[in-house]
Amino acid sequence: MANTPTRLALLAGVLALGVGFVTQAADAPAAPALVSGAGAVMLAETCAGCHGTDGASVGPASPTLAGMDAAYFTELMQGFRDGKIYSTIMGRIAKGYSDEEFALMAGYFHEKPYVPAKQPFDQALVAKGKKFHDKFCEKCHSEGGTPLTGEAKAKDEGEAEEEEEGEEGGEEYQILAGQWTPYLVYAMEDFRADRREMPKKMKSKLKDLITKEGENGLTAIYAYYASQQ
Amino acid sequence: MKMNRRDFVRAAGAATAVGLIGVPHLALGAANQVVVVGGGTAGATVAKYIKRLDPSIEVTVVEPNPVYYTCYFSNEVLSGERTLDSLRVAYDGLKALGITMVQDSAESIDAAKKVVKTGGGKALPYDRCVVAPGVELLFEKIEGHSEASAETLPHAWKAGEQTKILRGQLEAMADGGTVVITSPPNPYRCPPGPYERASQIAIYLKAHKPKSKIIILDSKSQFSKQGLFTQAWEKFFPGMIEWRPGPDAAVVKVNAKGMTAETSFGDEIKADVLNVIPPQRAGKIAQVAGLADDKGWCPVDAKTFESSLAKGIHVIGDACIAGAMPKSAYSANSQAKVCAGAVVAMLSGKEVGVPSYVNTCYSIAGPEWGISVAGVYKVAADGKIAEVPGAGGLTPMDAPDWAHKREVAYAHSWYKNIIQDSFM
Repeated sequence: MANTPTRLALLAGVLALGVGFVTQAADAPAAPALVSGAGAVMLAETCAGCHGTDGASVGPASPTLAGMDAAYFTELMQGFRDGKIYSTIMGRIAKGYSDEEFALMAGYFHEKPYVPAKQPFDQALVAKGKKFHDKFCEKCHSEGGTPLTGEAKAKDEGEAEEEEEGEEGGEEYQILAGQWTPYLVYAMEDFRADRREMPKKMKSKLKDLITKEGENGLTAIYAYYASQQ
Repeated sequence: MKMNRRDFVRAAGAATAVGLIGVPHLALGAANQVVVVGGGTAGATVAKYIKRLDPSIEVTVVEPNPVYYTCYFSNEVLSGERTLDSLRVAYDGLKALGITMVQDSAESIDAAKKVVKTGGGKALPYDRCVVAPGVELLFEKIEGHSEASAETLPHAWKAGEQTKILRGQLEAMADGGTVVITSPPNPYRCPPGPYERASQIAIYLKAHKPKSKIIILDSKSQFSKQGLFTQAWEKFFPGMIEWRPGPDAAVVKVNAKGMTAETSFGDEIKADVLNVIPPQRAGKIAQVAGLADDKGWCPVDAKTFESSLAKGIHVIGDACIAGAMPKSAYSANSQAKVCAGAVVAMLSGKEVGVPSYVNTCYSIAGPEWGISVAGVYKVAADGKIAEVPGAGGLTPMDAPDWAHKREVAYAHSWYKNIIQDSFM
């Protein structure tokens, strides 16, 4: 026990602060320990400057988090943190949190009402976009890519459990309907440039879509999602 | 968090006990009162979040201006990218949340009697007071300078009329002119601001007056996002922006008639537009109310933002000493939420929760070229706000063009969302 004074200092720190718990970074023994233990409300509030109060983004590029599936939120944040999913800034911020902290934020945002983005879209493309969505996306992004609630959610979760194909079984998806278009465009660019791993089924469906309808197929789908306000 | 009946009874009991001893308003059955001094980003956010956490608290904001112009993104007015009007934020959003706006200036705060007195003669009693006065510009620290000469040598460090003056001078300047920006010593509001300003002015000059030059006379020998700014300047405005590092280049004297700036080394630089950003300290009311230390900034408890010098008064935003957090709008917004949670807990006799803080700061360093810095913070065992190691940091130096373009889109999203989150 070479570091008894440090331990005493830590203990004094914890006592002085009254609540919370401290963690010591292994590679920075000189720095005073940090106090963790912030609650869900406190943690989630820090996101609002970019993602809107209660995660309802007023856009135009940062996505809405409200209503998001909790497990998927955590999975995404872990992906950003670990560098498996590309981001400009989210990954840098995600590195500051533990899985437990992600889970608290996820639970908070999941309970908040989803507010579809008020944004412009090309009305002429909406019908076509819906057709493409039904054909290529609906099987996983069900109900037109809307948040699943109540019975629809229970039904979907039941089906997912029965899913035989494995890789997507039980997985939850981001809300697409009413999400900010620039965000969807960026995410799709990242998927296609291998900056974000695409599920096998999505890869083949996307290939089908692009082969048959070209890039305009995607543009039409974006318009359909944006139209759901 | 769900509260069962037993918890509720316990919390109510605790609140009553505290009320009987220390909070006369509660004992009399009246609502708790919070007076917020200053309606900038920190003040507006704390008012909104206190009201959200406990609608029974009566929240009053004292602010002399009828509307607020955000200082953040005001550099885009200088390039012509946006209008001054687009930075205008009204207080209708706060009023709609049930917050009382008092258009007046706070003249004094009596910590013993718990009263804020205004220039208009009002006495506003409080149970807890939150002071968010921003910064005071110390014109007199530069010889020959004054608030009056700032009409000629604008700071544009508080947006509004000053931004308009500086933009007007840039428009009136002939091609081939010299724009001088003086950058203040640390600490000051918006550390990357003077350098983003150079970028935004350069965007305008490159398009309209390409023979012109920008000289930054700095008090400091290094600056925020330095590598990224330097990279952007070389890429977009080669030869146009010259940065002269401190301490030699620190401006000690100005002459508004001759349009000159003199450095501590003794060089005299002639300017066509002279943007003097003076040294700063916590806003005036913080000085008057005895909330500032001998360096002019306000020491606070990191968990509650309660002043270390006056009980019952909290200080947030640019005016407070917040450890590793820079003086930015996002810091102000984040600190306000920690403070709001603490104020509500303290008023109801509950334990104050563990804080969590974030800073996110964008600069538009060139056309379609956004750069950013972020930080995640926790309170450390020594009571100071410290950065979570390994998190945050800068846009990578090798980020591709499309990533910088995305950062512009996210910067504009940041602006829209932080305004909504703070004021509406």
